[in-house]
Parts: sequence; C-alpha cells; structure tokens
Amino acid sequence: MRLRVNPIACTGHGMCAELLPELITLDPWGYPLLASEMVPQALAGHARRAADACPTLALLADDSFVAGPGVRHGRRHAG
Amino acid sequence: MSIDLHGPGLWYATRATGLVSMLLLTGSVLFGLLVAGRFSSARWPRFLTQGMHRSISLMVLAFLALHIGTTVLDSYTSISLAAAFVPFASSYKAGWLSLGAVALDLIIALVVTSLLRGRLGYRAWRRLHWLAYACWPVAIAHGLGIGTDRSVTWVIAVTLACLGGVGAVAAWRVLSFGAQ
Ligand code: HEM
Ligand code: SF4
Repeated sequence: MRLRVNPIACTGHGMCAELLPELITLDPWGYPLLASEMVPQALAGHARRAADACPTLALLADDSFVAGPGVRHGRRHAG
Repeated sequence: MSIDLHGPGLWYATRATGLVSMLLLTGSVLFGLLVAGRFSSARWPRFLTQGMHRSISLMVLAFLALHIGTTVLDSYTSISLAAAFVPFASSYKAGWLSLGAVALDLIIALVVTSLLRGRLGYRAWRRLHWLAYACWPVAIAHGLGIGTDRSVTWVIAVTLACLGGVGAVAAWRVLSFGAQ
C-alpha cells in the first residue's frame, strides 16, 4: 500500500497524524509529513482508517500499489 | 408479546423517540461543528470528535426509524409510511408533519452522501453537507410545532438548550474558520 497526501486538498486538520503516528507527523503549521510512502503490511489497516478519517479526503491510501520483489506494479485509480 | 395498536403506548414511544432523535441530531450538528472548527485538546483528539459525529449521525437514523415506525403503527392517527418521506401526504397537522418529512429526507441525503464520500469526491460532498444547516432547524421546528409535549416546561428547556448550544458552537466555528 502506498500513502500520498494531496497538498492542495489538505487543510491541516491533523487527524491523520493522530491515527497513523508511525508514519505521519505534523510540521509546525499542522501539515503532514510522511516518514515513508510505502506502508508496511502491519500498518495497512491503520493507514486505511487514517485516510477514511481525513475530513477533506486529502490522504490517499492506495491499495493498488503492491511492493513486489524489486518491481512496483499496480495501477492508478482515476480520482 | 403483542403491540397494542390502539392504546397510548405507541404514542408515548413516538414522543420519547422524537425527543431522543432531537437530542441526537443536535449532538450530530454540535460534533460536526467541532470537526469543522478543528476543536482538539490534550485529552480530546480530533479523530474522537469525528468519530462521535459519524456514530451519532447513524444513531439518529436508528431512532428516527423507531420514531416513524411507532407513528405509522399507531392507529389513533392515520399517518402512512409515505407521509414520513413525502410532504403533505397526510392531512394530520400537515404543515408540521411535512417539516418532519423534509428533515428526514435531508438527513437520509446527508448520511448516504457521507457514506459515499469517497465516490462523490470532496467538493461535491462538501457542498451537499451544507444542507445540514437547513436540516437541523427544520427538524427542531417540526418537534416544536407538532409535539404533544411542546408546552411541557422541561421539554421547552431542553429545546432551548439545544438551540443555545448549536448557536454558541456555531458562533465559535465561524470565528475560528469562517465558511471554509
Ligand atoms: C455518516 C454520516 C456523516 C458523516 C460521515 C459526516 C462527516 C462530516 C465531516 C467529515 C465533516 C467535516 C467537514 C470539514 O471540516 O471539512 C462534517 C461536518 C458537519 N456535519 Fe457531518 N457527517 C455525517 C452526517 C451528518 C448529519 C446527519 C448531520 C446533521 C444534520 C451533519 C452535520 C454536520 C455539520 C453541521 C457539520 C459542520 C459543517 C461546517 O460548518 O463546516 N453531518 N461531517
Ligand atoms: S487529516 Fe487530511 S487534511 Fe488533515 S492533515 Fe491529514 S491529510 Fe491533511
């Protein structure tokens, strides 16, 4: 799973950092900083919940990105 | 167990579930305002506000189902199930009942669009969600106008508390973030 923030949509609600502190911290203005885009399997559920909680749907947890052995395959959803 | 469709039991249930629905809907609006105004404190994280807003909104639907079910079953008045959704489908206190129908339609629209938020996209969902500010006063007016208990002192006090609470939190929300 891959995590992305749409910086235009993000309004700095900070919900994501509360729900996924392992990967997301907030900068001094309250905007998210990702420690890593790739979400370890163990955190996938938490990442999905964080994406679902984002009030502006700015956090995207993209399931179609599967980290294969050395290859990144998967397709992007429109929207 | 059988349900007495003629005695006053259902009527009591309608009034009780109506009052609970009013409190829950007010709670939903209050937590919605707190999400939008980004309330948080050391002891109250934001995802909790958001979770309360969503869960209470779903509970509103559950209590409205009871509120409507008991109304329709009660044989003292002949209010059809359709009248719960369609304004002016019943002649019983048609104006006030229609406000209830409009509020119900709006609540269903708010919840359904919110559950499909991911598909709708943020902007479309956000526009629709402003309907909440039309929905809540209509629901309150329905209760004030039609309620058997509308002249009972404590019911008036609870209704006023709901109005005051939403007014105060709405003012705070506008001061914090405007119409964002
Ligand atoms: C399951 C259903 C619902 C979900 C998932 C949901 C979700 C949300 C979210 C995420 C926000 C924050 C918007 C933002 O800050 O950008 C919000 C705000 C709000 N919601 Fe809901 N909502 C639901 C149902 C309802 C219902 C039934 C009502 C009441 C009629 C309601 C009333 C409000 C209000 C008043 C706001 C504040 C809007 C503002 O001033 O910006 N919501 N809701
Ligand atoms: S929850 Fe959404 S809006 Fe808030 S900081 Fe995270 S990505 Fe941005």
